[in-house]
Amino acid sequence: MSKFQPITCYTNQTSQYELLPFRFEALGDDDVVVTNAVGEFSFLPRPKLEDLVAHRLPPSDPYYSRLRAKHFLRESGDQAALELLALKTRTKYANLRNFTNLHLFVVTLRCDHSCQYCQVSRQSEDKAAFDMTRETAEKGLDIVFRSPNQAIKIEFQGGEPLLNFDLIRYIVEKAEKRNQTESRNLQFVITTTLALATDEMLEFCRDHGIFLSSSLDGPEDLHNKNRPRPGRDSHARFVAGLQRARDIVGYDGVSALMTTSPSSLGRVKDIIDEYVKHGFDGIFLRHLSPYGFALKTKSYQAYNVERWLEFYKEGLDYILELNKQGIRFTEYYSSLLLTKMLTANDPGFVDLMNPSGAGIAAVVFNYDGDVYASDESRMLHEMGDSTFRLGNLAKNTYEEIFTADNLLTALEDSFTSSVPMCSDCAFEPWCGADPVFHHAMHGDAVGRKPESEFCKRMMGASKYLLNIMRTDQEAEEIFMQWVNRC
Amino acid sequence: MLKLFGKAISVEGIQAHRMQVSLTTQSNLPVPLRQGKAYLVKDGTIPPGFDHYIVFETRLKDLPEGAACTVLDAEFLYLDDQDVISLGQDGHVRSLFRANSPHNSILLTEQCNNYCLMCSQPPKRVDDHWLLNEAMETIRRIPRETESLGITGGEPTLFGDNFIALLRHIKNWLPRISLHVLSNGRRFADAEFAEKYASVQHPDLMVGIPVYSADPARHDYVVQAHGAFDETIRGILNLKRLGQKVEIRVVLHKQTVSALPELAEFIARNLLFVDHVALMGLEMTGFTRANLDALWIDPAEYRQELSRSVRILRAYGLKTSVYNHPLCLVNRDVEPNYVKSISDWKNEFAQECAPCTRKSECGGFFSSGIQHGYSQSISPFQ
Ligand code: SF4
Ligand code: SF4
Repeated sequence: MSKFQPITCYTNQTSQYELLPFRFEALGDDDVVVTNAVGEFSFLPRPKLEDLVAHRLPPSDPYYSRLRAKHFLRESGDQAALELLALKTRTKYANLRNFTNLHLFVVTLRCDHSCQYCQVSRQSEDKAAFDMTRETAEKGLDIVFRSPNQAIKIEFQGGEPLLNFDLIRYIVEKAEKRNQTESRNLQFVITTTLALATDEMLEFCRDHGIFLSSSLDGPEDLHNKNRPRPGRDSHARFVAGLQRARDIVGYDGVSALMTTSPSSLGRVKDIIDEYVKHGFDGIFLRHLSPYGFALKTKSYQAYNVERWLEFYKEGLDYILELNKQGIRFTEYYSSLLLTKMLTANDPGFVDLMNPSGAGIAAVVFNYDGDVYASDESRMLHEMGDSTFRLGNLAKNTYEEIFTADNLLTALEDSFTSSVPMCSDCAFEPWCGADPVFHHAMHGDAVGRKPESEFCKRMMGASKYLLNIMRTDQEAEEIFMQWVNRC
Repeated sequence: MLKLFGKAISVEGIQAHRMQVSLTTQSNLPVPLRQGKAYLVKDGTIPPGFDHYIVFETRLKDLPEGAACTVLDAEFLYLDDQDVISLGQDGHVRSLFRANSPHNSILLTEQCNNYCLMCSQPPKRVDDHWLLNEAMETIRRIPRETESLGITGGEPTLFGDNFIALLRHIKNWLPRISLHVLSNGRRFADAEFAEKYASVQHPDLMVGIPVYSADPARHDYVVQAHGAFDETIRGILNLKRLGQKVEIRVVLHKQTVSALPELAEFIARNLLFVDHVALMGLEMTGFTRANLDALWIDPAEYRQELSRSVRILRAYGLKTSVYNHPLCLVNRDVEPNYVKSISDWKNEFAQECAPCTRKSECGGFFSSGIQHGYSQSISPFQ
């Protein structure tokens, strides 16, 4: 007689177990994915799901151990499972406590480009009409330093913000001065095409640790088509600006964003190659937002979410191929979703948060002092809908701005854990609320999810990512590296 | 393999049942420091003034009048300056501390509330408080400049408050030492106990806690204790909540390797805040030999699972080490995490290793493995 007991002595003798909260979604005809509130997931054949919910999944079944390890079911003594779920839930929502991090200053609406999909910019010489004043900027900074967040990011937007560089200089120096006593973790970003960046500006960025977020839409012909400017030299100016920015500010001091125009759709590989060629280690395959000129010029309707998903999938496949060849290159939209799928962290991306990040994770100060819940909110205002205008720096206090009724109502109404369809959706832990988008498209903050492009995009991308992880272990490991990179 | 305990050829002057002796080889030691030390006679010189002389093989005639003399066999010749040994009236000799080894650890107890299939120190149900008392004394004798020390068992935390007292004692006597405790972690599920542990505020203390599977039933089976997984995980959570350093240790054998990638994912997902993950080869001692059929698997057979697990842990930025593996039996992608690790006193190589060009990078085998069976798949690097 051995003094050691076999494993059967340690498995559940009664076969009784308790289900922990989870949701599921079909993947094809035979399988489902189950997800829990902290974003953990597991694949199951449909009959196993039926056994699971009928409490007849035997403890000897390999799916039983897997589901117990991932906290989908628990036995009567399992305390640790609850503690871990609680801990991960706290981690997921930890950022909420910090409140606003990102403060966008629209320092001017003027721009040297006339991009067809641009929402707000103006071709104008009239500084007085479209530039932010110092007085307004000061009021903006008052609000910035009311934020309870230890980490503060100030992002300069336009138009082309470099057209009002004097104000950028003013704000940065004022903010730094205030920060001598505030001691926040203060970061600056300028969103710019780099076309107008002079060495002097770049040196200022270097000296003040200002990060540059630039734009690259693809190869020269595509980029110039998307981004017309006098001289048709947007791409050449970008390339030259990038080189100088890397020389002066530093290689990691400058990144690039792309926008998917209708002309981009067939050319995802060219676009990615262009990013690889310029030494970027990732790309955000961004869809077009339905605002401003984009809507007016119908370029938004030029492709629907299905077409964007094709573009995205083709791009992602190609990027995975590159990674398998040893090139470290990340697709950032996937990476946002994957972070929620594969870790306990929330990447805190404003458009993909729950509750929505609009107004509470980020806030926009327009050139004229108007305060918006998001960049999209001010675009909506340009189209005549001021729902998400939270106030004006000249007239309203911090309290009035952040407790504006229309903001709080939209946040509460769009909270995905209670919204129809979202509350039952298996992808909800990875998704977010976008009250501004749904308001713009459907007329209310909740929207109708079966018709929502936001929802379709999210579901399409999630399913695609799940399928990759289910079938391709190497790709799954690449994803794990993406989500832990930053 | 070094002989760490055995019988003396003869002992003298041991007043108590057993007694600790600090050794020295310094023949010119200032006289005030000679008292309370034993002089190791290795080169024939016999300086006066020591209470005790340790000689090898045969008793020397010209020892100082009245001095005690212990005769050890030549296998103890490795003993050196500043070492600490225990001598029993019955002639039992145990090496407690070797000053020139980086692998010193103190066995605190042989009692345990787990009963692991592969335990290298099979638990005994006896009151062995004397070991704890002995440890308190050893701590006072250990050179102050010692860099690291391990505390093992059995399960050291079973001594409860006395274990905490030992930690304080170590902090007081050896304030600069890096201390590593091996525990099954279950006791720390008691938040109050975890708080006491944290309150010692030792500046460099890590506790190594085994987790064998993401599946509670399998972990409980490996450690032969119901509910152990749950307590261990809650223990780790309490320790990390209190900012304590925790290492997760996984012994790789037939019962743990097949689901190792799932365990790696579990750690990455739930315990990302641990300080180190150690994946360790099986040692052929203690219970392992009794459970060989259930445990033994050639490392060559789990190299893919090991690789994938290491890649997962690495992707999540977890500091990971692979210990106790022959270098030729792990895939090349594991090498960044490979550590040449087996404690000096039990490390050996196989005959097949003779022509290997990477022997100096390889951790080799436990002596017990060479004795009781090792992988037939080793293939020397050319
Ligand atoms: S928006 Fe769509 S994908 Fe997102 S949670 Fe709601 S229903 Fe699910
Ligand atoms: S042949 Fe021997 S020395 Fe060489 S790697 Fe293998 S085990 Fe190590």
